[in-house]
Amino acid sequence: MNSLGTIKTIAKRELRAYFASPVAYVFIVIFLLLNGFFTFMVGGFFERGEASLANSFFEWHPWFYLFLVPAVGMRLWADERRVGTLELLLTMPIAPWEAIVGKFLASWVFLGIALVFTFPIVITVNYLGSPDNGVILSGYVGSWLMAGAYLAVSCITSAITRSQVVSFIVSVVACLFLILAGFPPVINLLQGVAHNWQWLVDTITSFSVITHFQGFQKGVLDSRDVIFFLSVIGFSLFTTSVILRTHRTS
Amino acid sequence: MIKLTAHEMIEVEKLTKVFGTKRAVDGISFTVKRGEVLGFLGPNGAGKSTTMRMLTGFFPPSSGKVTVGGFDIAENPIPAKKLIGYLPENAPAYTDMTVHGFLDFTAEIRGLRGDAKNSAINRVVDLCFLKSVLHQNVDTLSKGYRHRTCFAQSIIHDPDILVLDEPTDGLDPNQKHEIRQLIRKMGEKKAIIFSTHILEEVDAVCTRAMIIDRGKVVANGTPEELRRKSEWAGAVTLRINGVAAGAVQEKLNHLRAAKKTTTSTIGTRVTATVFPRKAGDGDLTREVIEATSGWQVEELRTEEGRLDEVFRSITMPDTAGKEAKP
Repeated sequence: MNSLGTIKTIAKRELRAYFASPVAYVFIVIFLLLNGFFTFMVGGFFERGEASLANSFFEWHPWFYLFLVPAVGMRLWADERRVGTLELLLTMPIAPWEAIVGKFLASWVFLGIALVFTFPIVITVNYLGSPDNGVILSGYVGSWLMAGAYLAVSCITSAITRSQVVSFIVSVVACLFLILAGFPPVINLLQGVAHNWQWLVDTITSFSVITHFQGFQKGVLDSRDVIFFLSVIGFSLFTTSVILRTHRTS
Repeated sequence: MIKLTAHEMIEVEKLTKVFGTKRAVDGISFTVKRGEVLGFLGPNGAGKSTTMRMLTGFFPPSSGKVTVGGFDIAENPIPAKKLIGYLPENAPAYTDMTVHGFLDFTAEIRGLRGDAKNSAINRVVDLCFLKSVLHQNVDTLSKGYRHRTCFAQSIIHDPDILVLDEPTDGLDPNQKHEIRQLIRKMGEKKAIIFSTHILEEVDAVCTRAMIIDRGKVVANGTPEELRRKSEWAGAVTLRINGVAAGAVQEKLNHLRAAKKTTTSTIGTRVTATVFPRKAGDGDLTREVIEATSGWQVEELRTEEGRLDEVFRSITMPDTAGKEAKP
């Protein structure tokens, strides 16, 4: 069987497993409630009077994902190791990277599905005004890419441990770094401390998801931002494969 | 599906696995041919599961080589893994799926599609008696059913090689019997390795047995050959009426082929066991019959040897002598 077929089979099983348990529904409901609350109550969607989702809606996504994505990703490998199905999976005639990519894609698609369910907000803003739907689409693409980057980081932490709780906490901390590196108060602080080394500040902020997500929010599809998210995903999945191999050798 | 005609299906050469400072498997070599069922015996922690994990490509070996159907599992894992069906220890299965969903997934990952997939699922469902739980979630199954679900997974692609880690663990006596029958039947056409703690299983299923202890092969042969290593092999037990125990012992101890004699008395009946000087010596039975002519012998039988005693004397050489019952 070719790699594509194997990846599809694994992704299909994984995606089914999400919807077979209440986790998927709980996740989607919480995600939508948070989105509704923050967009309208905290983000002041109506008060702003803008026909745009950039500041009221997408603004919050890096923070929602901080907790929600590790919750989706924590079971990916930790559970396989705990239950022992990892042994079953890796003795099948497949390459380990096919399993890693298949499982990642399933969770990423699941996050995409949750994101698609926010469509009423798009209808609302179109009903009330005439927004630039291209910008909104670019925001969605950026949001999904960002979720993928968080998810890939969660893959690493999930492969490290058998415990889902440990996996969750470690990946929240790691994702927090990805956010804070570009969070304005933190940047100001860094500039105050290291004002002679602007390159250092730039390097640190260039690792932030916020910096790279801002372009998408404004409707600017910069290839550098896309490459950033894809390379975080690629690097993290590669690290996952190294960790899984290390478990088996030692 | 590639069908192999090669004689040696599994070849293991000087296989070693080191965890930290512990040598879990220490230079094991053996081969398994088509039509053989190799029983893997050994105390807990002897290295049975680790060996199986290396055979199936889950653990890379620290040194040594595994060749499966001509493919080196380290260099050419995918074609090698295609030939193997594997039941890991504790029979893991995805708990968030139905039995049918699980078998469907494993069939698909083995490259089966459409009608071939459905007939493969139906075949293993019949073989493993899973019909009644087919649409039940795996995490609601009893241990026996979960075990059989994982076993079904291992034979879904009708593999040439089967590696089964404790296939009858947790099954009730009827299920054990069914699975043993199935293994023996499949063993006619496949190469099978299975590990077990149950010695009667070795007699019921294996064509060859291997005892491993502390990572090394300590005995390897047919069940008969292993049994012949027992001090019970060729021993003669007889029940005599009307002769004093002392007299019986005196006479039997002086036989040329006898090593020692033990006796016990109930009423006027004496039960005596004569152990041979050389394990499995057939002369002893003849000598005993000659020596006891004229006595009232009610029963006389030659022992075949006891696997459990061989197992103990090999894996626990210090205590076996004390524990061996008269």
